[in-house]
Amino acid sequence: MEFIYYFGEVFTPVSMLLLIGGTIGGLILGATPGLSPTMAVALLIPFTFHLTAVHGLILLGAAYTSTVAGGAVSAILLKIPGAPANIATTLDGHTMAQKGDGAKALQLSFISSLIGGVFGVILLIFLTPVLAQWALAFGPSHLFWLAILGVTVIGSLDSNSVVKGLLSGCIGMWLATIGFDDMLGVKRFVFHPSLGGGVNIIPALIGLFAIPQVITMFAKGRFDTSVEQIKVKKHPIGAAIKEVLSRKIALVVGTITGSIIGLIPGVGGQIAGLVAYDQARKFSPERAKFGTGHSEGIIAAEAANNAMVGPSLVPLLTLSIPGSPTAAVLLGGLLIHGIFPGTDLFENHPDVVWPFINSMLIGQVLMCIFGIYIASFAARVSQVPQSVMAATVLGLAVFGSYAVQQSMGDVYVMAVLGCMMYFLERFGFTAAPLVLGLILGPIAESNFVQGSMIANAQNGAFTYFFTGGLNMLLIAVAVVSIAYSAWSELSTREDA
Amino acid sequence: MKKILAALAVSLMGLTGTAYAGNYPERPILMMVSYGAGGATDFQARIVTMTAGNEDALGMPIAIINKPGAGGRVGWNWFSGEADKDGYTLAAYNVPHFIAQSIKGGVDYSTDSFEPIANWGADPAVFIVGKDSEFNSMADVVAFAKANPGKLTFSGAGLFVGHHIAALQIEQAAGVKMAYIPTKGGGAAAMKAVIAGDVLGGVNNLSDAFRAAAAGNIKILGIADLERSTFLPDVPTMKEQGLDVDNASVNFRGIMVPKGTPQDVIDKLAATVPEMFKNKRVAKRMKAGGSPMHIMTRDEVKAMWAARQATLEELLKGL
Repeated sequence: MEFIYYFGEVFTPVSMLLLIGGTIGGLILGATPGLSPTMAVALLIPFTFHLTAVHGLILLGAAYTSTVAGGAVSAILLKIPGAPANIATTLDGHTMAQKGDGAKALQLSFISSLIGGVFGVILLIFLTPVLAQWALAFGPSHLFWLAILGVTVIGSLDSNSVVKGLLSGCIGMWLATIGFDDMLGVKRFVFHPSLGGGVNIIPALIGLFAIPQVITMFAKGRFDTSVEQIKVKKHPIGAAIKEVLSRKIALVVGTITGSIIGLIPGVGGQIAGLVAYDQARKFSPERAKFGTGHSEGIIAAEAANNAMVGPSLVPLLTLSIPGSPTAAVLLGGLLIHGIFPGTDLFENHPDVVWPFINSMLIGQVLMCIFGIYIASFAARVSQVPQSVMAATVLGLAVFGSYAVQQSMGDVYVMAVLGCMMYFLERFGFTAAPLVLGLILGPIAESNFVQGSMIANAQNGAFTYFFTGGLNMLLIAVAVVSIAYSAWSELSTREDA
Repeated sequence: MKKILAALAVSLMGLTGTAYAGNYPERPILMMVSYGAGGATDFQARIVTMTAGNEDALGMPIAIINKPGAGGRVGWNWFSGEADKDGYTLAAYNVPHFIAQSIKGGVDYSTDSFEPIANWGADPAVFIVGKDSEFNSMADVVAFAKANPGKLTFSGAGLFVGHHIAALQIEQAAGVKMAYIPTKGGGAAAMKAVIAGDVLGGVNNLSDAFRAAAAGNIKILGIADLERSTFLPDVPTMKEQGLDVDNASVNFRGIMVPKGTPQDVIDKLAATVPEMFKNKRVAKRMKAGGSPMHIMTRDEVKAMWAARQATLEELLKGL
């Protein structure tokens, strides 16, 4: 309970000012397409040069938690996921906003972010030594099977058809092979210099989600001038709290899935939201409503992506291994003040670490308050006429893709993928499984290559990939997941 | 009137990027880092350029942009082909990375595409093992590798980077075959593989290994450099342990401009930047972060690049 003694440091005027500033700034940066949490934290690093270690970290921690939550704003209102963490939020969030319930969607997302986020930080406070061992348990073979488990999720992520979901996943995995291969040092599918680094995930996300709806909006305005105006409804905050608490299954599944996945170095943040969304659907009695603006979808996704924040810092703080790109930037923020993360960090620098962790707890609450405060204004975005909206989203899409690394190449990638997705959607394919393939492909591939290199030096690939408790467990879960998807597809067919 | 016209002409020249070194720099400068935000190169680049705006330095701030991808190839390809050659676009270089990549081919640049300005840091590669490993010296490692050819797995951050070069040199010097496992995700992923026991050993950055060893997660067995490090006075070099490994794998980091940048701009940068690196605040931050500094002037860097080119061509010939 040592951490309680350090709450005083968080409530000093300067710390509170930084915390509030970091939270509001983070929400705005997070809501801006193209500015992922990693970029937001990196942008703030130079400011921490002039601050003390504690103040610098409070600013960075506040910005990290609130950018992850802020990404939900553009995901819900504009259907542009700010970062991979928010992909799952678009699925039900944007549909809900289109029905005029944008305010409700935002409230649900901030409240579940708060609950998930606080749970994640509490895990960080109490279980860090245990969790560190768990984070290390995942070697190349386990990460490979974990990625395969993720592939099984792809199948069920597309609510219409398992086959189309898997096909989209394949396209995503193929896109992921573009670029220089770091493991074997060869070029693959590099037709144009801007593809040398492969398909960057953020421009891909923006293109795949935002561009098809921009085209649709433009087309509608052309052919149908009497497009219906969305009436944005007000939503009382009490009702939102009640709603979140009554959806216990989604909340618990989202929070736990997010915390567990967030812990695994190199995988965590990107897929936590999508996997939690899928699991919540499998456990839900109202399975069929997912994807139609169902509150459980938002709750599971947002609880998961904020629950991942706390655990994702465990490998960084205890082993000095950044488990995610954002954690890598935070490592820079620690090093600049001469603080070396490691097992003795909590003994050597309790006066820095605990205020940092505590401020993330307080930051979650602030994030929720400010988020809900802006929700009712922000939701009015849906009332903007479609013609104006289409142009605005297009502008933001170009800006966001360019901002990632000041590269026009990324803008072209965004545009090409977006147009491709428009036609794929006409044939009943959806973007979410495609994006998951894009994320999981490299994880599966690099870990398979690495694992087989290690296996060749040891007892061969079979023993390396197919023996050991964790391998067997992951394989078993993957098999169950496939069987379940097949079974539910078949049984719904019989119903029809 | 003439004066006004002259002033107008000068400002127009500034706008169009025509060099006029007398007033250079007149606006903020960009510096491209070909690795992601938060990586060691990015982190150090931000520290060493933080005093650029001071009057005794360039008088204009330097802003960092990241163009990561393919082990640095994306950024350096862009820099050699598309970057403005007016002195307002600088880049960070990593030697031996970009030289080794240009020798292996598939990229648009070589040492002839760039003009060095100054070097700020040198991060040697070290050989590390997990804290409970049976290996306690390079001799133990070599003995195991001799007895079990190709079975000693060791990690490093990708191919044709400093870690890989050190790995090749160690194998060559000891006359053994080991299994080098490149990891995706840089030095951090390679370090995780060692700490978690996925591999038997690894090559990593001295700065990262220093922290991991201080935290008690790993043992450092040797440094691939000509001299011991002030950070790790107790760790012997490879040469001291009978392995003929020089400093070809040391990760030198510095600033360069594209070839074609006006000579007077290069001269101004070459005179100012090394002094900028010597700033006390910079030194303090770098030391706090465990990042070894090694300041070299333009002429020294030119000589170092040429020497690396020769060594690496020889080393990579057989691959």
